[in-house]
Amino acid sequence: MAKAIRRGGTRTGKKSAIQEEHSKRMGLKIILVLTLPVLIFIITGISATLGSADLSIWDAYSAILHRIFPEYFYTTWLSDICVWHLRLPRIAWAITAGFGLGISGAAMQAILRNPLASPFTLGISSGAAFGVSLAIVLNLGFFGGMWLIIGNAFIFAMLCSGLILGLASIRGATSEIMILCGIAMNYIFGAASSLFKYFASDQELREMSFWGMGDLGAFSWEELRLVVVLIAIGSFVLLRKAWDLNVMTVGDETAKSLGVESNRIRAIVMTASSLLIAGIVAFTGIIGFIGLVGPHMARMVIGADHRFLLPASGLLGGVILLGADTVGRTIIAPIILPVGSVTSMLGVPFFLYLIMKRRREYW
Amino acid sequence: MVMIKLETIDIVFSYDGNSGPPILDDVSIQLAPSRILGIVGPNGSGKSTLLKCIDRIIKPDHGSVLLDRREIMKMGRMEIAKKIGYVQQTISRGFPTSVFDTVLMGRRPHLSWRSDEDDEEKIWEVLRLLDIEDLALKYFGELSGGQQQKVLIARALAQEAEVILLDEPTSNLDIMRQFEVMDIIRDLVNKKLVSAIIAIHDLNLASRYSDKIIMMKRGKIMSAGEPSYVLTADNIASVYGVEAVIRKQSEAPYIIPVGPIKTTMRK
Repeated sequence: MAKAIRRGGTRTGKKSAIQEEHSKRMGLKIILVLTLPVLIFIITGISATLGSADLSIWDAYSAILHRIFPEYFYTTWLSDICVWHLRLPRIAWAITAGFGLGISGAAMQAILRNPLASPFTLGISSGAAFGVSLAIVLNLGFFGGMWLIIGNAFIFAMLCSGLILGLASIRGATSEIMILCGIAMNYIFGAASSLFKYFASDQELREMSFWGMGDLGAFSWEELRLVVVLIAIGSFVLLRKAWDLNVMTVGDETAKSLGVESNRIRAIVMTASSLLIAGIVAFTGIIGFIGLVGPHMARMVIGADHRFLLPASGLLGGVILLGADTVGRTIIAPIILPVGSVTSMLGVPFFLYLIMKRRREYW
Repeated sequence: MVMIKLETIDIVFSYDGNSGPPILDDVSIQLAPSRILGIVGPNGSGKSTLLKCIDRIIKPDHGSVLLDRREIMKMGRMEIAKKIGYVQQTISRGFPTSVFDTVLMGRRPHLSWRSDEDDEEKIWEVLRLLDIEDLALKYFGELSGGQQQKVLIARALAQEAEVILLDEPTSNLDIMRQFEVMDIIRDLVNKKLVSAIIAIHDLNLASRYSDKIIMMKRGKIMSAGEPSYVLTADNIASVYGVEAVIRKQSEAPYIIPVGPIKTTMRK
């Protein structure tokens, strides 16, 4: 009977081959995560050269770095204006929004234990869209001026997730209840928005549908700061819960037996990521795809450990959105294609390729 | 005085509060340190529910669970997780996770954000102990049933649980793997690493591996004690409605089910 437990391996502190392999893979994961910011930096440079004024890559980088290390890099007035006022805001928005969508998508998939979940599964986008229709058609909102649409989008997005949380807390915040409530919210807010569309004028319809395509160029550094703060807070909360997310992917009962009060974590994570997403959507409109696919791509490469997966999904989201926007700006320049559409057009084939290539049972 | 590692006192549980029929009806059990307690009974007798109540995955309506004489209902979830491990029957499929990461989850109750060298070293020790080190980098979902069961036991060990609750650990395994998994549990208990409560359908495995057995029916304990005391033809007839022949092979009784008892008395 005692044979059942054998003393395998060495216990003298020497690592076994498989242990070496594991350390190697961990190292590789960290390198991969660190590659992503480098990639972002490179695309930023390329993206900053594109536009009506001709700038070389070197001009673009010097202009960027001049403001950060003025002693080391020099730039011209024209490049500075071009890069910092015209192009970099858009680039920064792309990176920021992509990061937020990616990281919250990964978190949503974990808490809902569902590979189809995305930041918008819980109705945030339709809530926001409803708020926007309200603002555009009835001119009705909580704030005035430029904050009318932004404020409405944000508040109704949060209202929508608040409703879901409230409903779910009555029945216990299981993933199934949350998804069902989310779908219900999607339908009711979607139906309400359709009613507005039915009565809207052509001009208003156009405005609403543009909002739904997503746009990165509408706002500047000032507004970005707000969003960055929201994303920083949200991401901090999500990252702190990385361990609990790991455990929650195997089911609520197991999670509880491992010390994780899954319903509570689910509520916390959902609140944090709703806040973050509502902040982004309010300014950029709806940019789909990234929040669903960024996390999947990251998972294929990085694995299921959310300590790595969350930052990787965020960074990859930034890479994808920035890349797609760069393409969208160049393909038929000077016309800028809506970033939401370009992201899907470019990303979906690549994503399908990844799925088809995999031989494992899951992907 | 008999040492008691874990006991439940008069546990009552029903899904609809007090209105529904109780799933557990005044269940009191005692588990001695470094012993295996087998729980047998027909489907729906409350075996799994009892395990969940012990780990407070679900909260009983009445009664208490004492671990080392401390009331579990007053302990935090993390604190319970440091003491009690739970090996679930149905494995819900999540995202693909490696064996190493699966076992690492067992360290959750002991961890801050970082897992340090010590935690990782513990995982490797546990994997070696169960002789599954070579599976460490495979995906959990790609393993066979027996290997998965070992990984889940490894996770409970990584948890440094003093009591492991196992829900039908052998139900999907071939006979060789059934023995393998039960031998592992027996060895862990013999080495005084853990005490175990096992809900199990196979009466012969229960007979062979348990120190004490509890036989349940419709949420009540019908019989409790040594295997030879509990696993009698009479008990099996009244609890399962099955006629059985009991052979005394070694110490453990060996049960040969003959067939359902003809219920000619029924209307």
